[in-house]
Amino acid sequence: MATTSEPAATTSSQPSSASLLSIRSVAKHFGKNVVLRDISLEIAEGEFLTILGESGSGKTTLLRILAGFEQSTSGEVWMSGERLDTEPPYRRRVNTVFQSYALFPHMTVEQNVGYGLSIAKRPAAEIQSRLAEALAKVKMSAYAKSKPSKISGGQQQRIALARALVNRPRLLLLDEPLSALDANLRRQMQVELKALQREVGITFIFVTHDQEEAMVMSDRIALLRSGELEQVASPREIYNRPATSYTAQFIGHTNLLDADVRQGTAICSALKWPTAMPDGAALFSLRPECIRPASTTSATVALPTKSATVRFTAKLRDQAFHGATDLLRVESDGGLILTIRTASRDLPNSEARLEFEFSAADAIPVRATSLASNSEERH
Amino acid sequence: MSASSSGQGSLVKGPRWLTAHALAVFAFLYLPIAILILYSFNGQGVGGFPPRDLTLNWYRILFNDGPIWDSVLNSLMVAFAAMLIALVFGIPAALALDRAQFPGKALFRRLVLLPLILPGIITGLSLLMLFRVADVKLSLFTIVLGHGTALISVATTEVFAGLQKLNRAQEEASLDLGATYWQTFWRITVPNLKLSIIGAALLIFTLSMDEIAVSFFLIGRDNTLPLEIWGRLRRGITPEINAISTIIFVFSLIAIVVWYRLRTRAEVTPEIGAELVETADH
Amino acid sequence: MFSRAYRTAVTVPPLVWVAVFLLVPYLLMFCYSFWSVSDSGTIVHSWNLDNYKELLTKPVYWQTLLRSMWIAARVMFFSMLLGYPLAYFLSFHAGGRKDLYYQLVIIPLWVSYLVRAYAWKTILGTDGVLNTLLQYVHATRHPLDFLLYSPFAVVLTLTHIYTPFTFLPIYASLEHIPRNLVEASHDLGATPQQTFWRVIFPLSIPGVLAGATFAFVLSLGDFLAPLLLGGPSGIMISNIVVSLFGAAYNWPLGASISLCMLAIVIGLLFFSERLEKKWSFS
Repeated sequence: MATTSEPAATTSSQPSSASLLSIRSVAKHFGKNVVLRDISLEIAEGEFLTILGESGSGKTTLLRILAGFEQSTSGEVWMSGERLDTEPPYRRRVNTVFQSYALFPHMTVEQNVGYGLSIAKRPAAEIQSRLAEALAKVKMSAYAKSKPSKISGGQQQRIALARALVNRPRLLLLDEPLSALDANLRRQMQVELKALQREVGITFIFVTHDQEEAMVMSDRIALLRSGELEQVASPREIYNRPATSYTAQFIGHTNLLDADVRQGTAICSALKWPTAMPDGAALFSLRPECIRPASTTSATVALPTKSATVRFTAKLRDQAFHGATDLLRVESDGGLILTIRTASRDLPNSEARLEFEFSAADAIPVRATSLASNSEERH
Repeated sequence: MSASSSGQGSLVKGPRWLTAHALAVFAFLYLPIAILILYSFNGQGVGGFPPRDLTLNWYRILFNDGPIWDSVLNSLMVAFAAMLIALVFGIPAALALDRAQFPGKALFRRLVLLPLILPGIITGLSLLMLFRVADVKLSLFTIVLGHGTALISVATTEVFAGLQKLNRAQEEASLDLGATYWQTFWRITVPNLKLSIIGAALLIFTLSMDEIAVSFFLIGRDNTLPLEIWGRLRRGITPEINAISTIIFVFSLIAIVVWYRLRTRAEVTPEIGAELVETADH
Repeated sequence: MFSRAYRTAVTVPPLVWVAVFLLVPYLLMFCYSFWSVSDSGTIVHSWNLDNYKELLTKPVYWQTLLRSMWIAARVMFFSMLLGYPLAYFLSFHAGGRKDLYYQLVIIPLWVSYLVRAYAWKTILGTDGVLNTLLQYVHATRHPLDFLLYSPFAVVLTLTHIYTPFTFLPIYASLEHIPRNLVEASHDLGATPQQTFWRVIFPLSIPGVLAGATFAFVLSLGDFLAPLLLGGPSGIMISNIVVSLFGAAYNWPLGASISLCMLAIVIGLLFFSERLEKKWSFS
């Protein structure tokens, strides 16, 4: 893949030593429909990796290939130096927390959690102690004898988690496990889940379509778009240094500036700033919070200064109150519409001309990708 | 509920003629059954109004009637064996229809379900020819094969309907937790389909007990109960038949109550009706 | 998610069973229909169309077939007439008693087919319950003898037997109609009657088709009710088949008639399936 923080998997048969899971050129076709194409990804021991993507991006299919419910059309999956994708699901040391939890309705909470251990024919005493431990870990000991239909959604979620973790898998797959919960419970579970992962030290692969959730929880995010990896990086990096316009737009808000570069200067409407990009057309991402009201008033407009701070004046078009911050929509001289996030404050009424500035380093060059054109330059 | 303005109360009450019609249909459905039961206690034999000399005599005669009870025993054995066959092949057939792709699947589905709607005479005669060509002597065993074959369709439709409601993620979860396909089948699939399977078993058992059109052609030396009754009807009518019919009716009622209890414990849906639509659909 | 071994395990056994006990017998029936029987009573395995020629040239066969279809059509019509309003009443106007009424329609289904036919015989006979009742209340002096041993008796009995069968799919399709459609129709100003004809009835057509097919097909192939209640004028096509396989001993000719029935049934199923597709919007 074009821009990933880690080098793409090589075709050598041995995965890197730190890596637990190695996904190599995995593709999945359903008839003529290509759901995944050429996915390569290394996942480290103990990592919390989130596969982020819109519905239809192929994220669930990728997860199901790892779990063993789908066979990839081509490519291989290795875990700790052993081929994984040729094994049936029940021989993989991989467990899944299902989207709808898939708790067995005819069994009690205890029987659900103990299912894997009883299948593995562990001694009764061991089952008892591990069961108790797992239920305690998710704070559900009091509900051991309940049927899944008698407990709440959040509690079912914990049981699904305990049922998977009690088997001490090498890898835990979580398929949008929080999507059925309401917003508050969801935020609470995000924190709990992350803490639990640190505590047990098991590698988590978490699938979600919620970019905020991905940012909060992950060590790394793998952004999937139309069956291809768009970018794999830490939340901070993926946010601060998006590789593509799609990434920049999907993760957080951004202003996409369609600029023309001439001799080290990018020009977009009335804005100009220094850049290292070669001459020609270039796309830049500028986060709304990187633009701020100018610190000192000055008559110069949109001129690159030595400190590479870009200043410009703009007319205020809209102001939306978001609590701690305001989102402004402004129109710069030259008609460019920009979104700006500032600390909340009262601004003069519309049509006021205001001065803003941003630092040239915050305008990140990105490759142009969008959902509309998903077959752009490939190598 | 809907707006109660425009004569909307009718949504609940309905026109009076509709109620009257429903009552009439119920009367039509139950009148013969009521008369049947009533005349099993009639000392003067079947027919003759009003009934007189109420007696339990016919039941006394019935209980000393060896051939009838032999045929009841035969029917019970046949029904049990046919139920086993229908389940052993009907459940996998439903699984295959639900989750396997193979050439000829459409034909397979139609063939399996055909006996459900086909007049019994065609199933019976075609099997008769098979047994003739294969030189199989007609006996209770051939009746079992006939009933089993015809009633696979019942097991398949019931279980297939159950499978549609089964959340496949449960089976995935089981595999994910280390259970093999076989273990998953017994520990997850079957318990989830329990109602469908029990319902199918009861239905198959009852249908087999009552079956006559297929048995008619496959009968050997030993009679099933319907064929025994049939033989006696040909000779003339006697309240003994009312008596045995009444007893069967009571047992059927018990079976219904059991079946219904099981259903209501889950959700009551007009299952058979939906299946009939399905079946005619295929 | 299901492995090849799993899919094979659930597919092959029912496939083999169905091939041996359904497909092969139908093919055999097909073969038989082109064979003939010698004077000494053995089957001659020479292929010819003589049986079909005989069916076309001898009026008794196609006249009986037409009469059977006419009887089946009447049964279909009357069961619809009884079943549809009943289903509509239950689905839309029965309120909390719905499940109870539903069970009440089902229960007669569990009473033996043969026993119900027999019950009608005891009612309709010359000295049966109805005639003696009429004489008892002096409505008539001599017993009415057209009641039994007539097509009327056959239609009445088969209607009694198949009304619940037509009811079930109709009820199921009515139950599947989202109630907010009915409310929307009322909301848009339609009277209950308009709502019925323009919303409810069109959406229930798949059930109507399934029910009608059931009543028609199963009546068409019936041979026990005619034997029991039909008399000479109530003979149906299956009775001819039965005698050809029995006393008349001409299996090939019987097979050719059976095959015609099978073709009619499959043609009807195909036709009603096409119609149903046209009328189902889910």
